[in-house]
Amino acid sequence: MSGFPLLTVMMVVPLVGAAVVALLPGGSARLAKPIALATSLVTLALALLAWARFDGDGSSDRYQLTETHSWIPQFGVSYALGVDGIALSLIVMATILTPVCLLAAWNDLGEDAEPQREKTYFALMLVLLTFMVGVFAARDVFLFYVFFEAMLIPVYFLIGLFGGPRRQYAAVKFILFSLVGGLVMLVAVIALYFNGPGGEQGFLYEALEGGVTASTTTQRWLFVGFFIAFAIKAPMWPVHTWLPDAASEARPATAVLLVGVLDKVGTFGMLRFCLGMFPEASKWATPVVITLAVISVIYGGLLAIGSRDIMRLIAFTSISHFGLIVLGIFAMTSTAGSGSALYMINHGFATAGLFLIAGFLITRHGSQRIADYGGWQRVTPLLAGTFLVSGLSSLALPGLSSYVSEFLVLTGTYQRYEVAAVIATLGIVLAALYILLTYQRVFTGPRPVFLEGREPRDLGLREKLVVVPIIASFLLLGAYPKPVLDLVNPAVKQTLDLVGVTDPAPTNASGSAQ
Amino acid sequence: MTALMPTAFEAVTVDYAAVAPMLIVVGAALVGVLAEAFAPRLRRHAIQVGLALAALVASFAFLALVSVDHHTVTAGGSIAIDGPALFLQGGLLIFAILGVLTMSERFGGRSADAFTPMGAATPGSPAESAADRAGYATSEAFPLTMFAVFGMLMFVSANDLITMFVALEVLSLPLYVLTGLARRRRLLSQEASLKYFILGAFSSAFFLFGAALLYGYAGSSDLADIATAITTANSAYEGLLLPGVVLVLIGLLFKIGAVPFHSWTPDAYQGAPSPVTGFMAAATKLAAFGAILRFTYVGVESSRLEWRLGVAAIAVLTMVVGAVLSVTQTDIKRLLAYSSVAHAGFILVGVLAFDVTGVSGVMFYLLAYGLATIAAFAIVALVRSGGSEATHLSQWAGLGRNHPVVAGIFALLLLAFAGIPLTSGFTAKFAAFAPAIAHGGLAGVVMVVVGVLASAVTAFVYFRLIVLMYFTEPTGDKVVALTPSIASTIAITVGALGTVILGVVPGPILDLAGRVSQFIQ
Repeated sequence: MSGFPLLTVMMVVPLVGAAVVALLPGGSARLAKPIALATSLVTLALALLAWARFDGDGSSDRYQLTETHSWIPQFGVSYALGVDGIALSLIVMATILTPVCLLAAWNDLGEDAEPQREKTYFALMLVLLTFMVGVFAARDVFLFYVFFEAMLIPVYFLIGLFGGPRRQYAAVKFILFSLVGGLVMLVAVIALYFNGPGGEQGFLYEALEGGVTASTTTQRWLFVGFFIAFAIKAPMWPVHTWLPDAASEARPATAVLLVGVLDKVGTFGMLRFCLGMFPEASKWATPVVITLAVISVIYGGLLAIGSRDIMRLIAFTSISHFGLIVLGIFAMTSTAGSGSALYMINHGFATAGLFLIAGFLITRHGSQRIADYGGWQRVTPLLAGTFLVSGLSSLALPGLSSYVSEFLVLTGTYQRYEVAAVIATLGIVLAALYILLTYQRVFTGPRPVFLEGREPRDLGLREKLVVVPIIASFLLLGAYPKPVLDLVNPAVKQTLDLVGVTDPAPTNASGSAQ
Repeated sequence: MTALMPTAFEAVTVDYAAVAPMLIVVGAALVGVLAEAFAPRLRRHAIQVGLALAALVASFAFLALVSVDHHTVTAGGSIAIDGPALFLQGGLLIFAILGVLTMSERFGGRSADAFTPMGAATPGSPAESAADRAGYATSEAFPLTMFAVFGMLMFVSANDLITMFVALEVLSLPLYVLTGLARRRRLLSQEASLKYFILGAFSSAFFLFGAALLYGYAGSSDLADIATAITTANSAYEGLLLPGVVLVLIGLLFKIGAVPFHSWTPDAYQGAPSPVTGFMAAATKLAAFGAILRFTYVGVESSRLEWRLGVAAIAVLTMVVGAVLSVTQTDIKRLLAYSSVAHAGFILVGVLAFDVTGVSGVMFYLLAYGLATIAAFAIVALVRSGGSEATHLSQWAGLGRNHPVVAGIFALLLLAFAGIPLTSGFTAKFAAFAPAIAHGGLAGVVMVVVGVLASAVTAFVYFRLIVLMYFTEPTGDKVVALTPSIASTIAITVGALGTVILGVVPGPILDLAGRVSQFIQ
């Protein structure tokens, strides 16, 4: 409670920035983009300050930087914020990716775009940043739900107003899938309150973690209500079909925020709500969830190999990777849990690299079809090289960031579910196939022929500025993941304590999971 | 039964402080009729609007300052002024003020734009155009509205079935007339009026028959006496109870547009002048739910096990049919009509919780829904193509590009109807659904699950409309949004602000609704 409301300020700053950008008078419309970028950088600075002030040694309270105010006491709702290590790491990731995406989106609407459209585009991204911080910083289930749903609106407009040719279809499909999941969760949210301690702060996480007193059957239903919403969000097979459409019709920057950050709310929610509040039900559901996760890993990989559209391909790789993250969460070992938490961060950066660099490529050639390319390595070597690095990170090449997390997830899973871990490992083979095949089809081969004077240029300064922080994250987190692991480990341990599972004894644990 | 009859006629005592808000409104309505007869034609519009607004504001002020301290059952037990009655009357008066403001819209003309110059003239006839040239106007719309408001105020406080029936007729008859007064598409309007009247009269008959059966059962039409008769359960006419309750409920459910008594809704909503539609949708629904709450909670609650499942089935049907049929609509007013049917189902879920939290949730929902609805229909009245309202959905394509403010507010209202968080619609759904889960047992949970799935369907409809306004190129039609006068602007602003405030800081109103949710038995 003490001191400066850092998390609230982190939400207010982008919101104010969005208002300023949206209300800029026509004469000074060209200031829209610099203001948006500056706002997101201020938010990033605040996030780093929050990291510095976060006490991550595991001995102090799980939720820190807390703020608690009564909001709707009649419903038991508080405006309560606070982060644990997992939430904080995701917030930092989101605040790093937002300026990167703004920079990548700088010329999305063309040089001679209507100023009004441009202002709307950048204001919506800033609004989205507010909600992204809010959804991870919420410490009240109702507040989390509010952000969870409200987040859909800016994304809906970002896809629907600025997306590709089938943007209307994609936007409506996206919002309908999300709303159905969200509304099912709403029933569970309401029921959760009446099965918890109740009172004017009955929606606080602290009140509900370990405080749900419902019968086993009710808990299982509540679990299902939450899990469906998160599975759609994450997305897992078989409710993943909205993602390829949304990601391929959205602008690359929107796709990054959607897949890299927003979808993490799904896996974040599974860890925080499903495991934290319904531990028994989570153990009960584990066999089904693990099965679905393994299917997602393999199915996403296979569809990625079959994709002809480069954006859809990246979307499918994400479905595969989300499968691994979910697998790590429900393996319920501290190794796998930490791996999943780390994977959420790494996946965010890897996806950003793939989507944004693919976006640069598409801007140059105007096509998303892989078959329209070939030999581009000879024309744009830097672009090809950075794409390859992002791809290698995505396929978990040792030394790059995803390797660490994927290794942790798979070893952690193997401790308890050998078969699932072995099958999931096949996903890595598939990853090598879809990344390397794509690289081969797009970038290698004979030099493509261009009209005189229409030769595409290699990455410009702005694009290099976009790529540098992403590649840096691969190298840093690949070589030295300790800062992030230190941040997430206590939170993962506390979650598993709530579930009441202990790490080593696999025979004992597999007995309880049946 | 004769023993119960009073031996001699006795004058009842009336707590005038408690009923004064109603008297102010009916007094203004009567003065309005006189003004219609004696005031010069050119001045009537200003006089009627001024009179109606002054009376409504005075009535609201009296209600808020004096009547709140007069919780009582008065007028010989026929009027109950208790917490819910006061809350709902306050809501009604707010809706009426906003409704009169939107109805007074002239768009620079001489008389209210929404109403025909002469209701009695054959549509398209020389008499009609002559009336228009001569500057005739149906400014009696305003006294009619005031009579309807009076009926609604009485409806939510009626504590016996006879008073309830009288109130039902007093509120309905002016609405039938108002429905038929649209300036444009006269035939459609008259058809709507006739349909509404015939079906409404039919449902009134059901109500009256049910009231007669309940009188036969309990020996009294007083809700408290009926409640006592049910708990003592030694009536010789036990078999009259259930048919009586069912028939009265049919009469009431008709007014909220519950399936299968909803078939008048799309026609009446489409045919009526848009400001009247908005007022009718908001205020009639609130009044009728007020009566349903009082009838079920005060009168026949103890027998609820016998009919609760039936009403639950109606609620489920209402949500599903309203949601599904709204998908196929191509006319904006019919679309909003079907969505109002679905909303009626959502509210019924809260009613069936049978708990005080259900009462406050329902009251909150009615307030939130009404504010958004009045503003939405006021905007529908603004969007024109060639002078008449552009109600076909295809005409709304690209509105967001040409008229960002109008489309933006309409989009906000649609998000509220869809129940997106940070709008009033979400808080309202939460307030109505939470009691159903907490106190409604398995049936309550099932209803809520159906409710959220129906919400998803209606959300599809609303989002499709947003897609149309923002993401679609305009068609060839020249569609413009007229610039509203200060009156409509106020109504739309209040509606939009209310939608945001009830979504972001609903605490004070929820608190108020919670404190006044106890009926006087």
